[in-house]
Amino acid sequence: MDTSPPDPQLSALYQELILDHYRRPRNKGTLEQATHTVSLNNPLCGDEIDLQLRVDDDIIKEVRFIGRGCSISQAAASMMTQLLKDKSLPQALALADRMSAMMQGDEGAARDKTLGELRALAGVSKFPVRIKCALLPWNALTDAIKS
Amino acid sequence: MLDVARLRADFPLLAQQENGRPLVYLDNAATTQKPQAVLDAITDYYRTTNANVHRGAYDLAIRATEAYEAARATLAAFVNAWAPEGVVFTRGTTEAINLVAGSYGRANVKAGDSVVVTAMDHHSNLVPWQILCQEKGATLRMVEITEDGRIDLADFGRALERRPKIVAFPYVSNALGTVNPAGQLTTLAHAAGAVAVVDGAQSTPHLNVDVQALDCDFYALSGHKMLGPMGSGALVAKPELLDAMPPYHGGGEMISRVWDDHSTYNKIPHKFEAGTPNVEGAVGLAAAITYLERIGRERIAEHEQALAAAAIEKLTQIEGVTVYGPRGRSDRAGVVSFTYGDIHPHDIATILDQDGICIRAGHHCAQPLMRRLNVAATARASFYLYNGLDEVDALAGALVKAGALFGYVPA
Ligand SMILES: Cc1ncc(COP(=O)(O)O)c(C=O)c1O
Repeated sequence: MDTSPPDPQLSALYQELILDHYRRPRNKGTLEQATHTVSLNNPLCGDEIDLQLRVDDDIIKEVRFIGRGCSISQAAASMMTQLLKDKSLPQALALADRMSAMMQGDEGAARDKTLGELRALAGVSKFPVRIKCALLPWNALTDAIKS
Repeated sequence: MLDVARLRADFPLLAQQENGRPLVYLDNAATTQKPQAVLDAITDYYRTTNANVHRGAYDLAIRATEAYEAARATLAAFVNAWAPEGVVFTRGTTEAINLVAGSYGRANVKAGDSVVVTAMDHHSNLVPWQILCQEKGATLRMVEITEDGRIDLADFGRALERRPKIVAFPYVSNALGTVNPAGQLTTLAHAAGAVAVVDGAQSTPHLNVDVQALDCDFYALSGHKMLGPMGSGALVAKPELLDAMPPYHGGGEMISRVWDDHSTYNKIPHKFEAGTPNVEGAVGLAAAITYLERIGRERIAEHEQALAAAAIEKLTQIEGVTVYGPRGRSDRAGVVSFTYGDIHPHDIATILDQDGICIRAGHHCAQPLMRRLNVAATARASFYLYNGLDEVDALAGALVKAGALFGYVPA
């Protein structure tokens, strides 16, 4: 049996912070007074997210999500919800762009402190089939804001 | 067990490396790799025989037609079809089932009737029946499965009490590996006055299929899951049923005479083969059948059962791994569906891919089944004649690595 140590790219992908968000998602649940609600799924792999925002005067006051899926999509959702609180809608959309740039392998974005803990997901860019997992909550956010 | 090293030499793609490792291809329920003999048959067809079939008045076209019809006869013999004209070439299982639903179904199912499917059916043996029932105002009845992943025969019996018009089920489940008692289910369906539609996508590549012994009415299969080309497949049916059915697609080849406002139709199977068919697909599929027959389907089935049994034994030794489907050896094919603790199947697939191991992760086009198993997805390893026990070891070893990354076993 092959017992060589796991590949460093894999260890980076499944680092503790990501598994922690996967296993203990922050802001999981629903909002009583949501102003924006969106459900998105990835029909290919079945990852799902229901995202709710309470926006007041263009500022995101509260965010909750319910999701099912892989560690990458669920950790990305959990980290995203932490980051969005008290951001303006244009700021939130700008963050979505930064996240997307990081997924395309943009190293500047991967160092951008405004992405907070999401920078832990920079390694996903090395796994092209998983990029859509990390972007699922962000696509839900963009849909929610633009709809 | 089969001589895997020798067989693998017939499959050019299997010599490739994946992520710097030898390729371990364990996604055969999705599609299989192709032996050189199939690739050669396709190239030879285009190099020596290509012309449009059933219409040319020259020798080349006659040879192309003969190659196409010879492929039909080969496939008919392979599944012991009632007659070659009972074999309609389609793009695969999905199109074959849609043909039955769209033609037989629309002609025979009326408001208030029922159609029976099972909770382990692939979406392609479910959605066409949903569409039919919605259009006709008929009821779709889904038969439950048992804890160990078999069709619940008691519930099957209850579903038949409504005297359905059509009963559809898979011979082998792509998500669980269950080999269903297709002959017995057909007998029961007939006793209730229904026709039996068998999804043979996963049985034809692996079992010795005899549609006359099953006595089913319609049998659907896909070439690409049995070493043949993508886009090849067939509906195998009782000729008298096909004869009585209205056409499915309209166009060239399926007609007899065409007037301004109506047409008469060609005889079967041509009535159901509108347009230029996939001749290279048929020729490639025939070459695949010749290859499979040389090895022998009993031996292939035994080989896969041994691999599945070894995989189940190795996987269940890993703490936290759950294997789905029946535990018996005889009523299960070479498909092993599993989960590992809270590691999502997509994460498992990504980790295995780094070791060059290809498995499927997801709902396997069987979302109603996933709901009943209380999972969103499973990981699935599926074996074929060119897989060996060393690949089962590689699978188990890579899973332990996945466990280490997620903190299940010490790294
Ligand atoms: C049981 C079963 N039915 C139907 C299908 C559909 O086959 P195809 O995509 O070749 O039409 C598949 C393959 O995915 C299958 O496994």
